[in-house]
Amino acid sequence: MALAIETIELTKDYAVGFWRKRPRRALDRLSLQVEAGEVFGFLGPNGAGKTTTLKLLLQLVFPTSGEARILGRPPGDLDAKRRLGYLPENPYFYDYLTAEELLTYFGGLLGLDALERRKRVSTLLDEVGIGSERRLQLRKFSKGMLQRVGIAQALLNEPDLVILDEPMSGLDPLGRRDVRKLILKLRDRGCTVFFSSHVLSDAESLCSRVAILAKGRLVASGRLSEILAFGIRGWELVVANISDEILTRYAPRISRAQPIGGGRFALELPADASPEQLLLDLTARGGQLVSLNPLRETLEDFFVEQVEQQR
Amino acid sequence: MRTLFWIAINGFREAVRDKVMYSLVAFAILLILASYVIAQLTAGQDVKILKDLGLSSIAVFGLFMAIFIGIGLVSKEVERRSIYALLAKPMRRSDLVLGKYFGLVLTLLVNVGIMTAALYAVLAYLGWHESESEKLALDAALLDPALLKAVALTLVQLMIVTATAIFFSTFSTPILSAALTFGVYVAGFFSTDLRNFDQVVESPVVRTMARALYHVLPNLSSFDVTAQVVHGVPVSWKYMAVTIAYGFTYIAILLIMSVTIFSRRDFK
Repeated sequence: MALAIETIELTKDYAVGFWRKRPRRALDRLSLQVEAGEVFGFLGPNGAGKTTTLKLLLQLVFPTSGEARILGRPPGDLDAKRRLGYLPENPYFYDYLTAEELLTYFGGLLGLDALERRKRVSTLLDEVGIGSERRLQLRKFSKGMLQRVGIAQALLNEPDLVILDEPMSGLDPLGRRDVRKLILKLRDRGCTVFFSSHVLSDAESLCSRVAILAKGRLVASGRLSEILAFGIRGWELVVANISDEILTRYAPRISRAQPIGGGRFALELPADASPEQLLLDLTARGGQLVSLNPLRETLEDFFVEQVEQQR
Repeated sequence: MRTLFWIAINGFREAVRDKVMYSLVAFAILLILASYVIAQLTAGQDVKILKDLGLSSIAVFGLFMAIFIGIGLVSKEVERRSIYALLAKPMRRSDLVLGKYFGLVLTLLVNVGIMTAALYAVLAYLGWHESESEKLALDAALLDPALLKAVALTLVQLMIVTATAIFFSTFSTPILSAALTFGVYVAGFFSTDLRNFDQVVESPVVRTMARALYHVLPNLSSFDVTAQVVHGVPVSWKYMAVTIAYGFTYIAILLIMSVTIFSRRDFK
């Protein structure tokens, strides 16, 4: 499988301090491979080194050591840039331009001819939901609208690889849904999407693979199904018609009991508990089963666990 | 070339939409008009005063534009982070520096053009009111085409100032860049004095420093031919060619240095 992005021991130190500069490691020997055509989530808390990695891939900063390849070429390569789109975090564009003018300008830089430029600009602005506002100067745009324009400019050249830095940032629930749909549409047309986020639900619903970064180090990477490995962290049993007395009696086998109204209780059991036995006991004492569900490990649980270990 | 064109055109559009520039042009035109009023009060010298004030105001307002827009050309892109999306497009960093530079040169060209047209218009108005005998007493023709020579050299001078502003802004803050550029501009007018420093100073260290500075600083006074033009002293084409060639060489060196520094910068 061809690689869209590859980093080998990629490291970046920034010089900090005013008089006596000393290095602060922002990224520590990151080795990562993103295959062509996949949606890859690059996750980590704030300050983990996600944006630094993306900037290294785009040669906005230069590595201290290690190397990176993007679409098989070194960062900054013009041919590679022709085939990629990039949305920076909290994008800012020239506030004296309208959305239409900005996209026309960028289309010109990408070498699109006048007819193609007009067509692409109009289609993309429709696609990201910028309607009549397209002729307003960007200084009048809200954060969410700027984010939409940012996404549109990243897709102008119908890229093979899209790098999105926190694409959901500043968007309302509708906007987030639109971006999710857009990412899936890009995936369906064979485009590789590499996006950074600290919103795990987005990654969980979109990504085939993720990497988790903490304090500049890669702490985990792989397919979501492999990472979470169907790990069950407990059971949730909802029963009705049980008295407080019965609950007290079975308390040692229950990690948490929560009344949820209508005489029903949600009981949380540890992973090693046998829910079948408890269910038999409770029903024998007049309890009624409403539901029984395994509590699977979420990406959030995994993420918190991994990041906590790095502290 | 295509990239340079788009960046330059966008830079020009930014300057045109910047209201500061409009006020500068309006102010320059007002000043030319004011000089006309002053000229009315100064019998016999009116045309000279008008030409002198007109050319000087073109230089001064051009200077403000070159410095204040010039220092922001690159640094504003970095500060506001618009550079991230821009540099992800298929372009080299040198394209950005050069495109921005040519954008501002285009802006200066248009503005200096407008101011020059305004000066000629005021002169033509004056000529309309002056008698034939008054016109004959002038050192140079009222609508002297030689004024354009002074304007052309002023434009090259402003191009040097713009390149200086871009150079400083590739590694320093906007305020410091403005101060340094203004410093170079002022010192550039005294560079010939630096050459003659060894006649007034004993210390060899100071002499060497003065000589080094003389070679490093642009000789901006050679671009100022206002006095000659106003008094009808001819400015030869050879002088024009040599001075412009010197200016362009100086600009090329500054731009190469700017591109070299800018190409190695991290945009955190």
